[in-house]
Amino acid sequence: MFSYEFMRNAFAAGTIIAVICGIMGVFVIARNMSFLTHTLSEIGFSGAAFGVFAGWAPLNGMLLFTVVSSVIVGQLSARSERREAATSAISALFIGMGILFLSLANKNASYATSILFGSVIGISASDVRQMLWLSLVVLIVVFVLYRFLKFDSFDHTGARVKGLWTNALSITFLVLVALSVSVAAQIVGSLLIFILLTLPAATAKYFAHTVGGMMVLAIALALIGVWSGLTLSYMTNYPVSFFIAAIEAIFYFVALGWQRLQTAE
Amino acid sequence: MTAAPILKLEHLGVTFPNNPVFSDLNLTIRQGEVWSIIGKNGVGKTTLMRTLLHQLRPTQGKVTYLPSVNDVRIGYVPQFRNIDADYPLTIRDFVGLNLTGWKLPWLSAKERAKVQRILEQTGLTQLANRPIGQASGGEKQKAYLAQALVEAPNLLILDESTASLDPVTKTELLDLVTELNQRLNLTVLFVTHDIPMAQKYTHQYLMMTPGKIEQGPIAQLTDDKVWEGENV
Repeated sequence: MFSYEFMRNAFAAGTIIAVICGIMGVFVIARNMSFLTHTLSEIGFSGAAFGVFAGWAPLNGMLLFTVVSSVIVGQLSARSERREAATSAISALFIGMGILFLSLANKNASYATSILFGSVIGISASDVRQMLWLSLVVLIVVFVLYRFLKFDSFDHTGARVKGLWTNALSITFLVLVALSVSVAAQIVGSLLIFILLTLPAATAKYFAHTVGGMMVLAIALALIGVWSGLTLSYMTNYPVSFFIAAIEAIFYFVALGWQRLQTAE
Repeated sequence: MTAAPILKLEHLGVTFPNNPVFSDLNLTIRQGEVWSIIGKNGVGKTTLMRTLLHQLRPTQGKVTYLPSVNDVRIGYVPQFRNIDADYPLTIRDFVGLNLTGWKLPWLSAKERAKVQRILEQTGLTQLANRPIGQASGGEKQKAYLAQALVEAPNLLILDESTASLDPVTKTELLDLVTELNQRLNLTVLFVTHDIPMAQKYTHQYLMMTPGKIEQGPIAQLTDDKVWEGENV
């Protein structure tokens, strides 16, 4: 399997994605932003389609659209009571734009499928390098802001009372999610990226005893999903995103069952 | 000797569009004093607290922390926190959240010792590793108090913190606050509807009623005044 360059690249990319998603996912879950993450994935699709239309690499189109829209979403949904409605409106608008750009670019349905569901064979060494740089930016910002992000994500009331700049933190976090979405969509596709940004962390919260432990476990679960998914995809020739989605969903349902048993005892 | 003033409100007023909440509030709070802030729902107690926390800008007058803003650290303990019961956030972790700043993600040995000291002071040592979402109402309030104390505040605001507690837990929490007030000379503002608790645990009162604000030593808070305040 590793004699093929595309598989080596896919494993390198998958490892980067799993680490980023495991870390960011902990904050996504704590901030109840799963739906918003899903929206950013759809915006990523639209950005990739725009990239194709404009003759850019899809990743650059994704970065442009997700980063700009995350700032807009952050402004529109700073108040949680209107978050869902604002997110739905933006989601609908961007999916429509994605379809329009694909149509304008004269690309067929199979191209849309590869943007939506990802592709293993399309990852080059230079893609991996670009993903690595973007991931390093995300990791460094999270490292520097970690205490503020943790306080605001796990105890928003306390963070506000403390006078932390919670709105600016929220927008910064969304930009980081946008970068993570753009990076991770390369393998699992824009439609399924929210799986890696939500399920490993959502599973980990039932087993971990501390926030740090939740992060380590989320990374481990994401790594297992991505590595197993890539291996199974190579062996069977079925889409990698299906295997990753199935593995992460199974982990999550097992965690829910385990939690139910614990509560019943 | 009279203690030094820590907070001064001069002709303070807050008006929302077409809705004056309170006006011309004058108040001087001295270090080590314990005040109860009482009044019916909607008279502006929370608005006043948000103004003191700089979350709201007053429309009239001013709030002055003395001798300077930098010297006053405020600890705030609300009634509720929105924390998911499934979060793996232990009480120890929760208390440490308040130690923010441009620092490494993990707490230093000195910071961990500080958290441990506060857990001991608030009687939470045995519960330190329990997820906060699974703690009882009284344990949660103690954890909120511990989090507020970790940055060594000199002004502590208890915003209806005891409202949802049973009488025994309420007494336990307020005994703890009284001990902290005496040991650390902590100034306390206790926002409450519970007049007997206010009479037992505070030195001064500020009673807010629509159009009228009254203040004085708690001994002067007679039943007649309370009845009048509740029926305006």
